[in-house]
Amino acid sequence: MAADTTAPIPRFDDDATDGRKMCIICSKGSLDMAYPGLIIANAALGEGIETHLFFTFWGYEIINKKTMANLQFSPVGNPATHMPTALSGLPGMQAMATRMMRQQIAALDVPPVPEMLDLIVDAGGHLWACRMSADMMKLTLDDLHDRVEGIIGASEFIELSAGAQTLFV
Amino acid sequence: MTLATIAGRAVHVNEEGFLTEFDEWDEALAAELAANIGLALSDEHLAVLRFVREDYRVRGESPTLRRVSSVGGFDTKRLFALFPKKPAKKMSYVAGVPKPVGCV
Repeated sequence: MAADTTAPIPRFDDDATDGRKMCIICSKGSLDMAYPGLIIANAALGEGIETHLFFTFWGYEIINKKTMANLQFSPVGNPATHMPTALSGLPGMQAMATRMMRQQIAALDVPPVPEMLDLIVDAGGHLWACRMSADMMKLTLDDLHDRVEGIIGASEFIELSAGAQTLFV
Repeated sequence: MTLATIAGRAVHVNEEGFLTEFDEWDEALAAELAANIGLALSDEHLAVLRFVREDYRVRGESPTLRRVSSVGGFDTKRLFALFPKKPAKKMSYVAGVPKPVGCV
């Protein structure tokens, strides 16, 4: 059979993503709520989109050197676990649930949080920490993941996110 | 799936232009595919493409960028430099495998 067409060339639409920008506000500090923002950021970077992450309040757990490798998942108050309420608060339950979730994440070859942050920065992403949270928790840049670029105020973040699609996680 | 001419020979491609027959690929074809999207292949590109193809051959699934870096041992920054903006899709296209579907 003879070829009757020239092959189409995929339209990667590089130009279409020029100027597209995504800002993700990470405000939660549990293991299950850390990943959504990180995964979306990584995906956006893989599509050539300028991406910034802004860590605020409990989101500091994700970038705080003391906690970032040890985020926890709690089944308490989470009906999506389908665990009876009376059981979810038992001693050891949080540790067990956290361990299970970590294993599931690792099984998908998704890296632990600190390494995921490195991956994002290597892919061209930017990490920013919230000024007010740093002041409240008495933390400085030295206390945060080495790839965090700076501690910025809310108004600086608003300037940074001009024209961006902003997600609040 | 259609039969189309690339680099002077007939190959099977899908509607986007990705090769659909793993064995129809070779490095000469890759050079042409790369040129289609504005890339000039170097040895470094070829090393990545060989990993992508070998991983696809073994697992039946195109590797994600994370896998190319964690299993293939290629630096993420370099992958973005070699296949700008959309590295995972571009390396799959040039390597003659489908677009990766994994999230990370």
